[in-house]
Amino acid sequence: MSGTWMTLRAWLLMLPLLVIMVAVIGWPLVDTVRLSFTDAQLVGTAGNYVGFDNYTKMLTSSNFTRTLSTTTWFAVVSVAAEMVLGVLAALLLNQEFRGRAVLRGLMILPWALPTVVNATLWRLIYNPEYGALNAALTQLNIIGDYRSWLGEPGTALAALIVADCWKNFPLVALIALAALQAVPRDITAAALVDGAGPFNRFRFVILPYLAGPLMVALVLRTIEAFKVFDIIWVMTRGGPANSTRSLSILVYQEAFSFQRAGSGASLALIVTLLVTVLAVAYATLVRKTAGSAT
Amino acid sequence: MERKGPVFSAFIYVCAILLAAVILAPLAWLFVMSISPAADLAAKPLRWWPQVADFSRYAQLLSTVENSAGAAFTASLRNSLEVAGMATLAAVVLAVPAGWAVSRTPSIGWSLSMVIATYMLPPVALSVPLYMGLSYLGLLNNVFGLALIYLTILAPFTTWLMKSGFDSIPREIEAAAMIDGAGLFQTWRIITLPLAAPVVATSALFAVLLAWDEFFYALLFTSDQRAKTLTVAIADLAGGRVSDYGLIATAGVLAALPPVMIGLVMQRALISGLTSGGVKG
Repeated sequence: MSGTWMTLRAWLLMLPLLVIMVAVIGWPLVDTVRLSFTDAQLVGTAGNYVGFDNYTKMLTSSNFTRTLSTTTWFAVVSVAAEMVLGVLAALLLNQEFRGRAVLRGLMILPWALPTVVNATLWRLIYNPEYGALNAALTQLNIIGDYRSWLGEPGTALAALIVADCWKNFPLVALIALAALQAVPRDITAAALVDGAGPFNRFRFVILPYLAGPLMVALVLRTIEAFKVFDIIWVMTRGGPANSTRSLSILVYQEAFSFQRAGSGASLALIVTLLVTVLAVAYATLVRKTAGSAT
Repeated sequence: MERKGPVFSAFIYVCAILLAAVILAPLAWLFVMSISPAADLAAKPLRWWPQVADFSRYAQLLSTVENSAGAAFTASLRNSLEVAGMATLAAVVLAVPAGWAVSRTPSIGWSLSMVIATYMLPPVALSVPLYMGLSYLGLLNNVFGLALIYLTILAPFTTWLMKSGFDSIPREIEAAAMIDGAGLFQTWRIITLPLAAPVVATSALFAVLLAWDEFFYALLFTSDQRAKTLTVAIADLAGGRVSDYGLIATAGVLAALPPVMIGLVMQRALISGLTSGGVKG
């Protein structure tokens, strides 16, 4: 069979997917770009061309800079904690002990729990009047009075980060564990014979095997964390006093609560650009790590 | 091998018990809340274990009496099943030919890379035109409209999984069938698809999990019992004026059961699917 026909047939088989992708992703993205240069409302007026007005307005608003720093803080802290906890859990699960298989199986549970159920569960745990956290901490005499964990700007974001970590560190652990199991035993044994201590063995023997898969996990988790909406919406809706508002929630408010489709679209594209830059920077890093690890 | 002393192995067991507690405690508490009488949940000091297990909330939520909490819940359960089922079916139907094409003709692989790169896009970047488009087509607050939108998330992912699945099926087997005179679709039916059945099943289950979990689009594009999905119904409950926290917990347990079951049954396949991207880099 000729190569041209093979290629043509392959394109024909791809066609249904590509048509749908253009309809539900390509066209909306292009239309978002168009809208971002107009003052369109969500319903009703089609809007007039306003140039870069929306962009300058959004980029210079204090809402944007504050939300950007909240989102960055959320992403950096939760992803860093997930990576550290995930690797530690993987190192543990790679040891030999009774019940290891069961414990490995349990790790799938937080990952499988729907995000909204996870958020609801932690919202109940943090409840200021009847929550389990307040009850446990007072019964253990760690705090005197019940506190409103999600109701105070000082603790709300930290409380959200804990809930996000609990759901996501097991995934990092499972990825790291799969990588650990690929480390050949004779290499670790050889390092041991050569007198390498536990830290050096981790740093120079095991970590090179972990680096590639962990980088991929880091990229995916960071992109996810930067786009965060669900868990924050269910737990705090961005409050109190906007202290937990993420970029996605800001776009939602602008475009849907205030119905300003034009400026909402410009804000959405700014977020998209940030995520893309982040992803490209990471992808370069991944390629470098993968190159040096092998 | 390294000799491990009793102190080290005791340390390992302590860590293992700690990890198990961290994972299980919140989940166990969700279940305990769902079967604790309301008075126990409001007691100070909090009663950690119910004096009598009360399963009535499960019956309450699964009842279909009109205008009850159960009616709203069962309607959203049905919507979630419908949307996840339709979106998964459509995603797999799109993914099988596309995944096969990219697997057998690597020169068009860049088109799949572009499709997968859309993962980076935050849903907010598409939401405004999608809202206007659905509104124009009369598909707002409609399970078909929502299922269509879910393809933005499901289709790239299933295609990628199917492509790696087809990669592991040798072309020679297909070539042999074709030399014997079988056409493309006949070859698929007799050779390729039976061999790829486990991958199709894994992709479909992944797609169901993604659709079941989705919240943002459902929040935007649905408004009442005709199309609201479980995630939106639970967020409504959690953010509303429900005074019985046990009822919220019960809804959470019921919504979590299907994905948790899938997760436990599919463990091996899910983990290898999750890590294949990581290992291949």
